[in-house]
Amino acid sequence: MMGLLETAKISLRSLWANKMRSGLAILGVIIGVGAVIAMIAVGRGASLQIESHISSMGSNILIIVPGTTTSGGVRMGAGTQQSLSLDDAIAIEKECSAVSHVSPELSGVAQVVYGNRNWSTGVIGTTEGMMDVHNWSVSSGRFLTDQDVRSSTKVAVIGQTVAYELFGNANPVGEIIRIKKVPFQVVGVLAPKGQSAFGSDQDDVIFVPVTTAQKRLFGTPFPRMVRRISVKARDAESIYLAQEQITALLRQRHRIGPNQDDDFTVRNLTQAMEAAQQSTQAMTLLLGAIASVSLLVGGIGIMNIMLVSVTERTREIGIRMAVGARPRDIRLQFLIEAFLLSVIGGIAGIALGTLLSQMLVLLFNWSTSISPSSILLAFGFSGFVGVFFGFYPAYKASLMDPIEALRYE
Amino acid sequence: MALIDAEGVRKVYRMDGVTVEALKGVSFGINKGEFVAIMGPSGSGKSTLMHILGCLDVPTSGRYLLDGVDVGSLSRDGLAGIRNRKIGFVFQGFNLLQRMSALENVELPMLYGGVPSKERAEKALAALKTVGLEERKDHRPNQLSGGQQQRVAIARALVNDPPLILADEPTGNLDTKTSVEVMELLVSLNEEHDKTIVLVTHEPDIASFSKRIIRVLDGSISSDEAVIKHDGIA
Repeated sequence: MMGLLETAKISLRSLWANKMRSGLAILGVIIGVGAVIAMIAVGRGASLQIESHISSMGSNILIIVPGTTTSGGVRMGAGTQQSLSLDDAIAIEKECSAVSHVSPELSGVAQVVYGNRNWSTGVIGTTEGMMDVHNWSVSSGRFLTDQDVRSSTKVAVIGQTVAYELFGNANPVGEIIRIKKVPFQVVGVLAPKGQSAFGSDQDDVIFVPVTTAQKRLFGTPFPRMVRRISVKARDAESIYLAQEQITALLRQRHRIGPNQDDDFTVRNLTQAMEAAQQSTQAMTLLLGAIASVSLLVGGIGIMNIMLVSVTERTREIGIRMAVGARPRDIRLQFLIEAFLLSVIGGIAGIALGTLLSQMLVLLFNWSTSISPSSILLAFGFSGFVGVFFGFYPAYKASLMDPIEALRYE
Repeated sequence: MALIDAEGVRKVYRMDGVTVEALKGVSFGINKGEFVAIMGPSGSGKSTLMHILGCLDVPTSGRYLLDGVDVGSLSRDGLAGIRNRKIGFVFQGFNLLQRMSALENVELPMLYGGVPSKERAEKALAALKTVGLEERKDHRPNQLSGGQQQRVAIARALVNDPPLILADEPTGNLDTKTSVEVMELLVSLNEEHDKTIVLVTHEPDIASFSKRIIRVLDGSISSDEAVIKHDGIA
């Protein structure tokens, strides 16, 4: 009986003795594994990007906008009706059990002035719920509070972009800015979020209490009107329940009869994103599958080389059998050779795949992500390919008749 | 005591529908410590006999006991084990592994015998010393002369200390002078180390180094007699 380590040493040596041939067999696996790693990295990169968009938008979000108005037969589009009020938002928060946070929003574009600088930005009147619904946090100072909303205080929380445009690198907290000439005290600066899924700068924003926005900034047809209400469901499962509860509640509050259409729309944004993510996952799988074919071809290359090697080394097999190698010792030796070929190829392929995905990042600015699991998968798969395609040649070698093998020239 | 006990050993090959009876039931015994030459022209069945004696093949019928073990009933694994422990082969073409050094070639049977690596190296070096080649231990076969290669092969045959050394035309690839050196080495192994040696050859000069000659003709033993030693042979 021969130890595995001894056998591996013998195998390595015979691989080394045929450098060119071993190299070519390994090359097939390198390309296969490299392709698998790079393709999965590209797919995962795309899906991670979508994931980060989803999480910056906040997860399990429903957005309620007013319905359409019809003017002389011309329908005006979503949100043109002015039907949502701050009280709707408060009612949703109180009565819908599937909802965890509510953020009413009344927004507009306004000119903001600080000292001799000014900047045009989106100003959103909202409540404390905004933080939880859209995953905001503050990097300094504080966010809006219930107290701010109740007393319509003139305070503002500003985004990073606004902070930079108005204050440069100075600390804005405590300073007074003018929004539409109304003085507001900056009480907090938001932590940066970067670009949204649609390419807009999410940090170019100012939050003020919704009540202050209604009274001081944006004229509204009725006093407590809001343009939209964002809602966070308790969890992914309760998002449809939340949609139902909100629809029922708002129909009741807006006194809509059974045969009348809703005067609002509840949109589920996460759904769209999840669909996009599913399609990139399918793409990752597809890319991986295509790349696996090349790994399979590499495996066939190994089988080819091993068959040639077994035939060429018939005499060696005969000698080994004559001095006492059992069929299984011979089989193990060739199996380990095939395994080593593919595993060496696998390791080099992981390096190639990593290099390739880095090149995609540098050259085409694609986002890629190499996961430990994809490396493990490719490595394991290449080892499997080696054993699978190495088995037949090894089996063939072990079946040889020592007399015939010793006669072989 | 009998090391080899062959009784009615018969071997039949079937090739393309034609049956060839290579051995027609041979019986003989070889005792421990003997030096026997098996002679015969090509096609006589002496190679088949050698293969069966070397446990590379099993008889179609009849019984072959090697060191008390009935070889005919053994599996391929069992035969491999017998070859490993009980037989040392010396071939016409040396049959050394070209990629390995002399020492590693000698170690080979112990590799399959499960001998630990340190003990392997020690025993292999001792065997090389016996054949007078310990300084060449790191040479590859292609760096050695034919006679040296055959001596490495003999060292390999010795290293597991098997009861039987089976030499198949060991001088077939060597010139006369080297042939004599190799035969003298075998003789000394027989006389000084008490090894049982079975030599297969078709050259009378080489056979005359042995002490007993079994002649095979047409698959049967035609004669079996002791060698009468007289001076001046070599």
